Amino acid sequence: MEHALENLAPLSVTPVGYLWLIPFFPLLGAFVNATTGWWLQRKAGKSAIHAIAIGAMVLSFATACVAFVKLLGLPGEERFLQDTLWTLLSAGPVHVDLAFALDPLGMMMVLVVTGIGTLIHIFSVGYMADDPAYWRFFSYLNLFAFSMLLLVMGDNFVIMFFGWEGVGLCSYLLIAFWYTDPAKAAAGMKAFVVNRFGDFGFILGLFLLFWGLGGVWQQMPNGHLAYRPIPVGQQVRILEDHAASEGAPAHEESVIKVGPTLNFRQLRDQVVVKATGVAERLTHQKLFGFGLLALVGVLLFVGAMGKSAQLPLHVWLPDAMAGPTPVSALIHAATMVTAGVYMVARLNFIFALSPTAMGWVALIGALTALFAATIGFFQYDIKKVLAYSTVSQLGFMFIGVGVGAYWAGAYHLLTHAFFKAALFLGSGSVILACHHEQDMRKMGGLGKYMPITQKTYLWACIAIAGFPVASGFYSKDEILWKAFSQPGLAILGMPAQWLGPLIYLIGIVTATGTAFYMFRSYYMTFTGEYRGGHGHGHDHDNGHVVPKESPGSITGVLVVLASGAVLASVLGLPASWTNHPPILESFLEPSLPATVHFTEHPRWVEWAFQLIGVSAGAIGWFFARLLYRNGTSPVPAQLLQRWKRLWTVVYNKYYVDEIYQATVVRGSVVFAKILSWIDSRLVDGVVNLAGAVARLFANLDGAIDKYLVDGAVNLVAQSTIAAGRGLRRVQTGRIQTYLYGALAGALVVVLLNFLIK
Amino acid sequence: MNSIVAQHLSLNHFLVVGALLFAFGLMTVLTRRNAVALLMGIELILNGANVNLVAFNHYVGGNLAGQIFALFVIVLAAAEAAVGLAIILAIYQMTRNIDSAQMTSMRQ
Repeated sequence: MEHALENLAPLSVTPVGYLWLIPFFPLLGAFVNATTGWWLQRKAGKSAIHAIAIGAMVLSFATACVAFVKLLGLPGEERFLQDTLWTLLSAGPVHVDLAFALDPLGMMMVLVVTGIGTLIHIFSVGYMADDPAYWRFFSYLNLFAFSMLLLVMGDNFVIMFFGWEGVGLCSYLLIAFWYTDPAKAAAGMKAFVVNRFGDFGFILGLFLLFWGLGGVWQQMPNGHLAYRPIPVGQQVRILEDHAASEGAPAHEESVIKVGPTLNFRQLRDQVVVKATGVAERLTHQKLFGFGLLALVGVLLFVGAMGKSAQLPLHVWLPDAMAGPTPVSALIHAATMVTAGVYMVARLNFIFALSPTAMGWVALIGALTALFAATIGFFQYDIKKVLAYSTVSQLGFMFIGVGVGAYWAGAYHLLTHAFFKAALFLGSGSVILACHHEQDMRKMGGLGKYMPITQKTYLWACIAIAGFPVASGFYSKDEILWKAFSQPGLAILGMPAQWLGPLIYLIGIVTATGTAFYMFRSYYMTFTGEYRGGHGHGHDHDNGHVVPKESPGSITGVLVVLASGAVLASVLGLPASWTNHPPILESFLEPSLPATVHFTEHPRWVEWAFQLIGVSAGAIGWFFARLLYRNGTSPVPAQLLQRWKRLWTVVYNKYYVDEIYQATVVRGSVVFAKILSWIDSRLVDGVVNLAGAVARLFANLDGAIDKYLVDGAVNLVAQSTIAAGRGLRRVQTGRIQTYLYGALAGALVVVLLNFLIK
Repeated sequence: MNSIVAQHLSLNHFLVVGALLFAFGLMTVLTRRNAVALLMGIELILNGANVNLVAFNHYVGGNLAGQIFALFVIVLAAAEAAVGLAIILAIYQMTRNIDSAQMTSMRQ
C-alpha cells in the first residue's frame, strides 16, 4: 500500500494584521500581574488580579473568534491567515520571521486554548481564592496561554519551538507552584527534566529534516557519503491547469521555493506539490541505512512523547498532579499535553510519507493507552486516576494521527479537551469540598451534597466512556475504525499489515478499561455514604464537616464544559450515518493535505464496529457499577486479596519510576560521581599544579620586586634624605653665615679670574 | 674742589677710601651681632660704593650719571634704614632682643 500525497496546489495566503493580538493579550496580562500583581493584590484586592487575567483571556478569545469568522468566510482551500511582524534572523537559506499563521487546524487549537483557557481561568477564581500567591498563579496561567498560543500559531518551527519550551517552563512553574512542599517542587523538576529528553529528540528531528531538505546525500562508488546541496533560493515554477474553471486564465503560474526551510507553509508547499520532486527525493533518501523520513518522524515523535507523556516518557504527568487542579485541567489535560498530537497533525505530510514513522507513532500510542489505563484501574487518588486517563487518551490521539486519521486525532483532542477539563475541574470541585482530600476512599456520597458537580462529572464520564450520547464516542470510534482499516503501517521499514487490527484490538480493550476506571472513580466519589469528614479535619475541631457545593464560578464552568463535551458530538457525526463527511473533517481538510488510503469496508461492518465500541464502554461501566456502586460490594476487597501481588505491581505503576530510579537516575548519579572523582582528583590536581607553579613564579617575582626594585627606589630616597640632613646644617638662619658664604664665593670668583688669566 | 687737591689726589686715592669703607662695612656686618650695628655696616658699604661712583664719574666719565646714581643710592639707603629700623623695632618689641644670632625663626 502506497502512501502518497495528492498533487495539491501551493497555499494561498490571506494577510491579517491582528493575529498577533491573540498571543499578545495573555502576555500583557502575565506581564502586568507579574510586575505589579503583589502591589495590586494588596491595594485593590484579588478581584483586580483575576479581572486582568480573565480580561486578557477573553480579549484573546474574542480576537480568535474574529479570526475564525474571517477564516470561515474564505473558500476552503484558501483558509490560511497570516501575520508577519518582523524578521527575526536571516542567514543564507534560513529565514525566520516573527510570524503567526492560522489554518483550520491552528484555528481549532487556538479556540480550544483561549476558550477552555478562559473557562479554567474563571474556575481558578473560586479554586485559588484562599491562596496568598494569587497574583503569581494568574500571571503564570496567562504566561502559559501566551506560550501555548505561540506554539499553535507559530508560522515556523522557531516560533513553535519557542512556545514548545515556553509551555514546558510554565508547566514547571505551575506544577511546583506550592514550592515549599519538597515533593511538589521535585514533581516540577521531574516534569522539566523528562521533557528535556523529549525536546532533545524533537530538535534532532528538526535538524535532520532541515538537513534533508538542504541537499541530497549520496553513496559514492568508493563507499563514502557525498553531499550535494541544493542551490540557495532555488525555485520551481509550476503551471497550474485551470482549464476546468471558466473565466479564469487557462494556466496560472505559481512559484514554489525549494530548499531548507523552517517555515511550515514553505515546507508544506514543496513537499505537497509533486512537481518539485522534494517528496520523492525525501522518501528515497537514506541515512545510516534508515530512511531519512522514518528517522525524522521517529525523532520528532520522541519530542511528542516527552510533551504528550507517551511511553516511556509518561512518568512526569502523574506527578504533575502536584500542581493546583486548574493547572492539571488546563495544562496537563486540555492543552499542553496535546502539543505532541498537534505537532504530528501539523506535519502530517511528512509523517504520511513514512509508513515506519506512522507505525511507530500508532504503536507507541496504543501501548501507552493500554498501559496507562491499567494503572488507572487501581489508583485511589482521584487526580491520579484522571492523570493516567489523560495519558491513555493521549495514546488514543496518537493512534489516530499515527494511522493517518489526522482529523480524528485532532477531533479526539478537541473532545478530550472538553470532557477531561470537565472531569479535572469536577475533581477540583470535589477536592475543594473535601478540604483538599484527594483520596477517593475518603470521599463517597458526594452526589447528595454537590448535585451540579456530580451531574457534570457523570456526563463527562459518559463522554470519555464512549456512549453515543456524548462526543467521546464519535472521536474514539473514528480513531479505532481507521486503525482497523489501515493496512499500510510498517515496523522498522518492514510492512506490517496486521499492525492496524492489532492496534484496534488494544484500543478496544483500553476503551473497556477506560469506561471501567472512569465509572469506578465516579461511583467511589459520588455514591454511597460520605466516608470523610472525620479524622482528617485538621482545621475543623468538630470533626464532622459536611461537604457543600462549590461556588457559582466553579459550577458554571463545569456546566459549560460538560455541555461542550456533549455538543461537540455534532462536529463529528460519522459519514456512515449522515452520508456526508463530518463537519470537522471537512473543516480541517486544508490543513491535512496528506492522503492516506484506508481499506474500504461495507457500511454494515462499520456499524458493527461502532456497536462493539459501545458494548466495550457498556461492559466497563457494568463492572464498575457492580463493584463500586455505593461502596457496599465486598468483591473489590476480595479480588484485591486474591491478586495481591499483581495488584501491587500495577498499583505501583509497574515500577516504572523505580526502574528509572535504578537506571537513569542512578546511572546519572554514578556518572556524576565518576566525573566528580575525575574533577576532584585529576582536573583539580592539574589546576593545583598550575597554581603551585604560578605561585612559585609569583614568589620569585615578588622577591625581585621587593629587594631589587624596591631597594633601588629606597636607596634613592635614603640618599636624598641623607643629603638633605647634611645640607640642613648649612642653613643656620643667621644672616652672617650666608654673608660669609657670599663673600667666600665672591673671593673664589675673583681668585679664579686671576688664576685663569 | 681746588686745583692743589686735584693735583695731589688721583683716582686711586678715592678708590682706596671706597674700598676701605666697603671693607669696614663688610667687617661690621660680618662680625657684629647687634642688628642696629648691622644696619650701620650696610650704610658703610653703600657709602663705599657711593665714593666709587662719584670718583669714577669725576675721573672717567664726562657726564653726571655717577653723581645721580650716588644720589639714588643715598635715598635708597635712607629708605632701607627706615624699613630696617622699623623691623628691628618690631622684633625688639616682640622678643626684647635685637641680637641677630637669635633671629632664626625664618629658618624653617
